[in-house]
Amino acid sequence: MTQTIAKGPEELADIARRARIQILDAVAHAKGGHVGGPYSAADMLAALYFDILNIRPDEPDWPERDRFVLSKGHSSIALYTMLALRGYFPVEELRTFDAINSRLQGHPDVTITPGIDMSSGSLGLGFSGALGMALGAKAQGKDFMTYVMLGDGECNEGVVWEGAHVGARYGLDNLIAIIDHNKLQQFGWRGETVAERITPYTDNQLADRWRAFGWHVLEVDGHDIAAFLTTMDDAKAVVGSPVAVVAHTIKGKGVSYMEGDYTWHSKVPTDEQFAIAMHELGADSGGEQ
Amino acid sequence: MSTLTPGKALRVAFGETITELARTDLRIVVLDGDTGSSTRTDIFENEHPDRFFQMGITEQNMLGMAAGMATLGLIPIVSTFSCFIVSRAHDSIRVLIAQPKLNVKLMGGYAGLLAGMTGKTHLMFDDVSIMRSMANMTVVAPADEIETRQALKAIIDYPGPVYFRLTRPNSPIIFDDDSRFEVGKAVVVRQGSDVTVFSSGTQTARAFEAAEILAGEGIDVHLVHVPTIKPLDVEAIVAEARRTGRVVTTEEHTIVGGLGGAIAETLGEHAPLPIRRHGLQDVFGESGPDDALLEKYGISPEKTADAIREFVQS
Repeated sequence: MTQTIAKGPEELADIARRARIQILDAVAHAKGGHVGGPYSAADMLAALYFDILNIRPDEPDWPERDRFVLSKGHSSIALYTMLALRGYFPVEELRTFDAINSRLQGHPDVTITPGIDMSSGSLGLGFSGALGMALGAKAQGKDFMTYVMLGDGECNEGVVWEGAHVGARYGLDNLIAIIDHNKLQQFGWRGETVAERITPYTDNQLADRWRAFGWHVLEVDGHDIAAFLTTMDDAKAVVGSPVAVVAHTIKGKGVSYMEGDYTWHSKVPTDEQFAIAMHELGADSGGEQ
Repeated sequence: MSTLTPGKALRVAFGETITELARTDLRIVVLDGDTGSSTRTDIFENEHPDRFFQMGITEQNMLGMAAGMATLGLIPIVSTFSCFIVSRAHDSIRVLIAQPKLNVKLMGGYAGLLAGMTGKTHLMFDDVSIMRSMANMTVVAPADEIETRQALKAIIDYPGPVYFRLTRPNSPIIFDDDSRFEVGKAVVVRQGSDVTVFSSGTQTARAFEAAEILAGEGIDVHLVHVPTIKPLDVEAIVAEARRTGRVVTTEEHTIVGGLGGAIAETLGEHAPLPIRRHGLQDVFGESGPDDALLEKYGISPEKTADAIREFVQS
């Protein structure tokens, strides 16, 4: 019984647009933070927090809630923004991101932030925590779902494949792993020039690897919200094995000069860049900031 | 000269006790890193197969999964060799267990010098130093099968992460059934007046035997067992040290940062006294029979007595 509060893909896309505005505002205000990864994940996070997840913002620790773990924890500002827009805490609090004594730490901290189900940030570990939630739910006879989002660069980590093996071994069909396959990592391997970086996984490599580890694999355009919702429905219907949704995305999606540029993994915009981004995101034409 | 009664290995007492506790405490689950036939979680698997989770050889993942299970109110008991928990999965413990203060019990099996012909890769005797330096972590090293049983019961009801040190060989019995383990409390094992000896874990039995050797020479050892290295029983450490005015620490562990380190830090601040740290030096281990290893690395009862004697007579 999902507590759906958005009216459909168009409204979810608008939530994602507003989230991108808030994300860049928070990073600019903090003078630090990640942008590219939060932007590649924003559409999927909007779909999760405003449609897919069965959660109660006024009761963050509700035991029967669906779990969500942002294993790519460096995209924390995207998660905080979605939690704020969903009502877990005031949107104004996003401007405390990375400030001293803030509940909104650089990487998610389960001990202080409402709505965070697991700390993450050392890559690959959030995934194993999510697997434990799913296995524990099976042991307790609970029927909530556990969702976990990983980066494609994060899939370099050995612990991801340790967990992939064990998750398949226990047939964790109550867990869906979403891989934000934005084709870039922080620095990555060099291409023809220094500015050109090579995707960590080409063609079908990522899907093939998850499949080889015994996971049911679905692929989707992570910016096509209608398709993503359908894919997640399909994923929930899978019985007997965990599902990896390989979501093809664009790092920095939504702002022209950021898209596909690895340097926007983590960078603070200049005033001019900030103005251009806000214009492109519709912040100066009735859009919310 | 009194001698100690032979006893079971701590690992056996561990396997039996968690199996017994799980009969009434349904929160308990066991995660095994493919070593259950050695660490004796096989005893648990036989009786509670539905609450035994084989994790294979995936230590980093296993500790992370334990954290996830703990968020649901389960009490995961994670078991494999100490080296693979403390050293290999250190980051999982730090980020997913210690920082969130999750209720995971870490069972470091085959800890110390005596890990059955395995050599330096498996001999883990810096585990206490490493776990002691991690915020939010409690560190317990029991002496014998009786204390192991009592301490396991205590830590199950003690919220938060606990590192529990377990060893492989059979260990002599120090305590009787009337003794009571309490987290954070040191206990006087033998009253004496010449030198205070602090020991922990299975080294306490060797320290006791050393004290008996020295008693025959007119050196009266005051032996204090310190099963909880963190939080340290500062009050008792200071009081028992002052009782004789000089201190030896002894442990089946490196002298860097373990029990000896903790007590030297404590006495340095609260009661500066002459102190000698005895234990494994700043080295890695090697393969060999238990007796040969204890002799070569200097922590047999005789070698322990030598160290105490030398200190007292210096």
